[in-house]
Amino acid sequence: MSLRTTAHAASAPAPRPHADLRETPRERWIRRAERRGPLIVLVLVCGIATAASPSFASWSDISTILGGNAFVWLLALGMTFVITTGGIDLSVGSLYALGGVLAARGASTGGWASILLPLAVCAAWGAVQGLLIAYGRMAPFIVTLAGLLGARGLLQALTDQGSTTYLVPQGSWFLRLGAGTWVPVGIVAVLFLAGWVLMERTGYGANLTAIGGNENSAVLLGLPVARTKVLVYLLSGTLAGAAGALGGARLGSGVTTVGVGYELTAIASVVIGGTLLTGGYGTIGGTVCGVLLLAVIHQLIDRYLSQYGSAMTNAVDGGFLALVVLAQAALERSRRR
Amino acid sequence: MTTATIEPTDGRGPRVRALDLAQRYGVYAALAVLLAVATSLDTQFLSGSNLRVQLFQTAPTLLVSLGMALVIGTEGVDLSVGATIALAASIIPLYLGYGPVLAIGLALLMGAVAGLLGGAMVAFAGVQPIVATLALMIGLRGVAELLNGDAAKPVLDATVLGLGENTLLGVPVMAWIAAAVTLAVGFTVRRTTFGRQLVAVGDNKRASLLAGLPVQRILVTVYVVSGVLAALAGVLIVGHGAEADPANQGLDMELNAITAVVVGGTPLTGGRVRVLGTVAGALFMQLATAVLIQHNVPASTTQIVEAALICLAVYASRDRGTR
Repeated sequence: MSLRTTAHAASAPAPRPHADLRETPRERWIRRAERRGPLIVLVLVCGIATAASPSFASWSDISTILGGNAFVWLLALGMTFVITTGGIDLSVGSLYALGGVLAARGASTGGWASILLPLAVCAAWGAVQGLLIAYGRMAPFIVTLAGLLGARGLLQALTDQGSTTYLVPQGSWFLRLGAGTWVPVGIVAVLFLAGWVLMERTGYGANLTAIGGNENSAVLLGLPVARTKVLVYLLSGTLAGAAGALGGARLGSGVTTVGVGYELTAIASVVIGGTLLTGGYGTIGGTVCGVLLLAVIHQLIDRYLSQYGSAMTNAVDGGFLALVVLAQAALERSRRR
Repeated sequence: MTTATIEPTDGRGPRVRALDLAQRYGVYAALAVLLAVATSLDTQFLSGSNLRVQLFQTAPTLLVSLGMALVIGTEGVDLSVGATIALAASIIPLYLGYGPVLAIGLALLMGAVAGLLGGAMVAFAGVQPIVATLALMIGLRGVAELLNGDAAKPVLDATVLGLGENTLLGVPVMAWIAAAVTLAVGFTVRRTTFGRQLVAVGDNKRASLLAGLPVQRILVTVYVVSGVLAALAGVLIVGHGAEADPANQGLDMELNAITAVVVGGTPLTGGRVRVLGTVAGALFMQLATAVLIQHNVPASTTQIVEAALICLAVYASRDRGTR
């Protein structure tokens, strides 16, 4: 067991001699490929799609791509923070569904309850997961897996095994949050902007990256590692709750069967956007590209391969994710060479 | 496990040693308590017919869990097993026309291919196991659904149904198969060079590489074994349900398998494989669920109990060496 302490240090790349610290041209290309890759692929895919069918970028397509995915966007935003610390949050799909039910349930009290109830419960759920991970030193994968099961269970208990459907009252202003394309997209855009500021312009964002890069070093540097990790899961849970509330506003009711597998879509979007699943590097802009890329691809499948339905979507998503992680691993290796 | 593990003699306190014991033998104690409670609540619980039903339910999970235990032993994880089950299920009705042996053989071969894809990504491309198998998990189910079409297809072949439904000497055929695989995996882990190398790779990949172990080959093999066992479980599930339903079969199987392995005392940090513990873990999870359902506990509570159990097991098995 004591051998294990050296495993981390041993698997890190060997330190380079000082003369080598400047970036070589090759390294610069690798770095550029990593950072700009998602955007370039997105532009290429959109270009090819538009060239193949001039009607592709029609308003209804854009509206579907933006509005129809508003909820997944928020899950992916939270996931970006989590993955940057080297963690993972599998509970977001369940929390999304739970948030929707809580929003619809709160709607009988008033519009504000519809927003605050899911946010508070999902934030608390995320915080507990974060506490177990940061202070209990348990694997994020397992804790949030238990969270996935537990949140689904809580949701089933709230709805009497799905037999009770809570409806948002017709006149509630809460419904307007999810109506049309622009309101949900506006909310998502504001949250992404805030996320970008948090990640790129605050000490907290720097801490996230440092922890993901090398947790032991972050501890030795005196960074508040445990607190940062608790907050990151709290943030992810809250965003999933917000996504659920938005979904509830759009559907006008708390649907219990939604959100299954959304954690995978969120993880796939984040990874395709260039954030490293090993932690230590993550960008909000990349996640925007990743979500958009998957959404555009799904739209194309819908348009040209609709007879295969979700099966084709899954197969393409999986293949695409595999390609991206293979590319990431290859770039990482050629950098070390 | 005397041959493959080094017992802690590094002067750690009695509390840590007690936790180690709890991790190692806790599952057997939990299983005993569960059986005692179940029989006191319902005297028919230990009856032959009920136990047979439980064995039918446990056997496929156990097969998947044994493969998962090997993967986790190398400090990996295989999220693609549920999708591999779906893939194997989709193959069966496609090729039944050419005879059941060919159909089952092709299903197992597809399992091997799925494992090879994951293993190659982990071993040669250096992709994290969780990501590599996540991609497969998403993609393979899509492929399975593409192969099989939208609706579930009935499977009425005598051989396939026999594997899934018949009993031999009062015990389900699939439980015999699971028992045989358990013995084979146990023997491999404890008595063969490959087993020891596997554990060494899980304990310290770098050191194993420096010691000249064929690390990449070991990793690929482990994922292929996991894929084949998942495909076998898929064949049995198709036989038991008399239909192939790639959209729904094998869902959540990766979670159940990981849970069984971890509850059984195999640490997620690798370097150790507890084969008997995995069997006990799979039985425990199945029996616990069965007891809750038989006493009309709602599914939601069952799920929450399962979640709590996972947390407890992982809390006991977390790596205390890095403190």
